[in-house]
Amino acid sequence: MKGRKTDYLWIGVFAVLVAFAIPWFLWGDATTWLGLPVWLWWHVGWMGAASLAFALFSRGAWDRLMNVDPEEVRFDG
Amino acid sequence: MAESTLLVQLGVVGAYLVVALAVGIVAYRVTGRDAEDYYLASRSIGTGVLLFTTFATLLSAFTFFGGPNLAYASGPEWILVMGLMDGILFAILWYAIGYRQWLIGKARGYVTLGEMLGDRFGSKRLRALVAGVSIFWLFPYVMLQQMGAGEAIVGLSGGAVPYWIGAAVITLFIIVYVVLAGLRGVAWTDTIQGVFMLGIVWIAVGWVLSAAGGLDAVSASLAETNPEFLSLGGGVYSPQWMIAQAVTIAFGVAMFPQINQRFFVAKDVRVLKRSFALWPVLVVLLFVPAFLLGSWAAGLGVSVPEGANVVPVLLNAYTPAWFAALVVAGAMAAMMSSSDSMLLSGSSYLTRDLYRPFVNPTASDEREAWIARLGVAAFAIGTFLASLLRPGTLIEIGDTAFGGYAQLAFPVIVALYWSRTTRQGMLAGILGSQLFYVAHVFLPSVTVGGVTVLGPTYFTWDFALYGMALSLVLTVGVSLLTAAAPDERSETFAIGTRAD
Repeated sequence: MKGRKTDYLWIGVFAVLVAFAIPWFLWGDATTWLGLPVWLWWHVGWMGAASLAFALFSRGAWDRLMNVDPEEVRFDG
Repeated sequence: MAESTLLVQLGVVGAYLVVALAVGIVAYRVTGRDAEDYYLASRSIGTGVLLFTTFATLLSAFTFFGGPNLAYASGPEWILVMGLMDGILFAILWYAIGYRQWLIGKARGYVTLGEMLGDRFGSKRLRALVAGVSIFWLFPYVMLQQMGAGEAIVGLSGGAVPYWIGAAVITLFIIVYVVLAGLRGVAWTDTIQGVFMLGIVWIAVGWVLSAAGGLDAVSASLAETNPEFLSLGGGVYSPQWMIAQAVTIAFGVAMFPQINQRFFVAKDVRVLKRSFALWPVLVVLLFVPAFLLGSWAAGLGVSVPEGANVVPVLLNAYTPAWFAALVVAGAMAAMMSSSDSMLLSGSSYLTRDLYRPFVNPTASDEREAWIARLGVAAFAIGTFLASLLRPGTLIEIGDTAFGGYAQLAFPVIVALYWSRTTRQGMLAGILGSQLFYVAHVFLPSVTVGGVTVLGPTYFTWDFALYGMALSLVLTVGVSLLTAAAPDERSETFAIGTRAD
């Protein structure tokens, strides 16, 4: 059961990463910080977060969603 | 423009291209002659090279010149589209499509998408259809690179060198390169160019900023001349447009022959994992500075002559001639390697999925190699001639190609994950959506009873998205209605035995 929950968790994380890659709540906002729009800083931070999430995913859950065991894929790694 | 400046610029561009060519020739000397090595470098590509070769393949005229042009004209929000598209959606597809294809391809020895699908569904027709569709949409995308090169040279030389010379030079290099190097050569130069472009674009940002009085000054002048650029959205940037662009490009990219074929080349799974996690970071590092340059050019009052690209013009105004030439040379080389990768993959589609199965099944390897190279040369010359007509902006032409590939994505995903997919379902999904898409690209829009059909959007959403939905519905629907033929082998795609 724990496995299923983890799967859904990851799908949820991916969905959130997609949904807010464009900061919709800043629509029409022109505030700048250090010379660049705030939404651009959001982008930089969000991509960093995505990278981190992807790294964790590839470490812990990579083969889960594909239904393969790590041993299986070691053809000639 | 002074003649000596022009000589410096052309010298730098020429020297860079020659160095890139030399790398290809070295790679050629270590390349084996069999297809697996020529097209896939014997499935031995490591993380750094895989990441950069995929990345450099994306580093085309579309991102390098089209993106900044758009940021110059309409503001830097394109950065967000690229972030959603390349940094996140494509990364997820990299896993969902790429990893699965890698697993299947590794077990079965596939080299092309058409081969994989044709084998699974026992259908030479499906194989040919996938290859044909892929080669068709390759045409506008290769043409885009030639247009980008032509426009770059115009911008750099201030119009002293005509457009067609830039396009012709890159065509010539592309042909020589693909004919000589194979994937190993392309991957090597991609890596060198990826690193080079990443470095030089930041140097360019630093140089322009310091020459123009610092980030605050540039930002202030942008706020004065184009205040709408700093606020999110507005102008061409509507939510519908941004989402449609990101979705069609991300799904399209995953079906690009040169990208899709990369899914078969990773040495081991670690390579795929690392590339996956590094993807969003690389997107920020490259696209943020590149597109900001375009927007800043607007604030700095740089005027771009008709038919030129903003980046070379901006660099000419704020950096020395040799540096501007170096950036343009790097970008041209990146476009060259994009085109090389595309044509190389396209030629493998041509020979393996069309020529061998239909024309000459017993062709020798040598003959096949000749057909591939002749095909590349003919194709590149064809796109060159079409590029002289300049049928649209870089972004428009890129969009058309991406959208065409995006129509393939859902049928492929369904096939990869759903064992009840049938041959009829695949044929219906691919043919139906392609017809829908092609009709919208090439036929004029008509209004019937107050409803516009074949126009660019329906209910403000891009027609490419409807095509994708159609491909999904047709593939699943027809699969449900038809039974699998006896020679369809769904077990081919069955991977994984992990008990759930």
